Amino acid sequence: MKIIACIKQVPDSEAKVKAEGGQVTWGDAPLVINPFDEYAVEGALQQKEAHGGTVTALCIGPESAREALKHALAMGADDAILVSDPALNELDTVGAARVLAAAINKIGGVDMVVFGRQTLDNGAGITPAQTARVLGWPMLGLAGQIKVQDGSVQVERVIEEGRQSVSAKLPAVLSVVQSIGEPRYPSFMGIRKASKAVIPVWSLGDLGISAPAPVVRRVELMNPPVSDTAIEIITGESPDEIADKLTDKILAEKVL
Amino acid sequence: MKTLVYIDHFKGEIQPASWEALGLAKSLGTASAIVFGSGVDAVVKAAFEYGADEVFVADDAALADYRSEPYAATLSALASSQSPDLILFPTTARTRELSAMSAVDLNTGVLTDISALEVSGEQLIATRPIYEGKVLEKTVCSSKPVMATIRGRAFPKPEADASRSGTATKVEVKAETLTVVEGYSASESAVNLGDAGVIVSGGRGVSNNPALVPPAGLDDKQAEIWRAQQGFALITELANVLGGAVGASRAAVDGGYIPYSHQVGQTGKVVTPDLYIACGISGAIQHLVGMRNAKVIVAINKDADAPIFKQARYGVVGDLFQIVPALTAAFKKKLGK
Repeated sequence: MKIIACIKQVPDSEAKVKAEGGQVTWGDAPLVINPFDEYAVEGALQQKEAHGGTVTALCIGPESAREALKHALAMGADDAILVSDPALNELDTVGAARVLAAAINKIGGVDMVVFGRQTLDNGAGITPAQTARVLGWPMLGLAGQIKVQDGSVQVERVIEEGRQSVSAKLPAVLSVVQSIGEPRYPSFMGIRKASKAVIPVWSLGDLGISAPAPVVRRVELMNPPVSDTAIEIITGESPDEIADKLTDKILAEKVL
Repeated sequence: MKTLVYIDHFKGEIQPASWEALGLAKSLGTASAIVFGSGVDAVVKAAFEYGADEVFVADDAALADYRSEPYAATLSALASSQSPDLILFPTTARTRELSAMSAVDLNTGVLTDISALEVSGEQLIATRPIYEGKVLEKTVCSSKPVMATIRGRAFPKPEADASRSGTATKVEVKAETLTVVEGYSASESAVNLGDAGVIVSGGRGVSNNPALVPPAGLDDKQAEIWRAQQGFALITELANVLGGAVGASRAAVDGGYIPYSHQVGQTGKVVTPDLYIACGISGAIQHLVGMRNAKVIVAINKDADAPIFKQARYGVVGDLFQIVPALTAAFKKKLGK
């Protein structure tokens, strides 16, 4: 099977991200592979181990995004491709889907594309479905388990209401959730291999497309309002006394 | 403004934020509801009662289970024939996929998880969280229709009026059959924190009750989870008395104490209950951005320096295993339960 794991590079989840001067800033926090995309790489590697084939990590981003691809290589991906072009600075999600679909078509002969459920930065979680739609392939979203057999793929889809078993013919696009299994740590050999890997960079010219015109545009950035309520610490001689005071306070707030 | 509102339901169980979307649409102009599925008369009836001016219905065996492809194709065809300015959805796993795919068909964009929508001349400006809710952005979509999924409890819910009714307009089903739904099992831990008015949450602290002696034969990790489950039982009792939902911090979920569906501060998931009670939660940044918009926040923690106290309206520095049962008893008495 030829499997693609789509990944993105984002500021670490612990980063103190803020809006500052019309820009998003995160101080000196490191840029890392989007944590949900580690599950995508893990899911792709599991399928490779079960059925043979290759895993290619694919990323749109600036030159610095090589580091995220190296993480995927160190986990065990066979190769990696970076799509990078100055014309891609204004990309919206549907634009990203068009660029990824063009790259997947250029790679050719792909059986399965695996995404994480969403990214930490934009967080919309819609690029997987849009990529499937652009490719005209079936979309199997939020997979907690993947089974491939006789040219078909069956997933356990994890939704708010429970688990659904959904299947489709390959090639297909999947997004995976945490129950796929904890992402493996990069091995020592993997890290060595990744450090030496040559990662090809494809421009829009290489993909044979022009930059998709953005439809969605940001007009303002804001920091969420800071709570200005002063805390009132409730004390008492016993838990019952504290509970009595606290429940009176809560009932007086008229929120129940 | 002409708005279509997608009424999301799972086997007839309607997502409450669908009505909030309908209310938002009514405040902007004419609002038509969209109902897809098989055997959905009750959903259509409810859509009229909640104020839909018109209901477009695709009731067909091919739409019995939600599948992205036929739903998206049917929605795209309907949108092409109706030319709305705006299509609204409640935010769910289904609507993220449905709106995403239909936006590709219609060559437009989707604004997800919005908490506000302003009309500025011809433009609609939506507010949505990015970077796990650490930052908010205002975004516009330059194509028509604008598609947006709304966050639960961010917009007022209209009152249903049982005397309202109407005749639904049938729409043609586009049965794209790329995927097949083969089975379904209900989740034991189904929880929708986004719609909850009250959330009682537990963190790492729920596993630290020294008074408990775990059953023999458990290893350290199993004993920790056993202790945590006893702690969450106390939290669940309090949540039940308040008619609320049980939440958890990431530490509690990572510790294996409770399923992921309970995690507050999941990426992109911000909860806005009227009352949030945090028990044994120190307050990591992801958790704080996930709950700080709650109207009244109560924190119970042994550590007086825990960051959660900086967000809280009321705090108790103390042992949750004593305070939580006492709260449950006090609420039971005062609420007459």
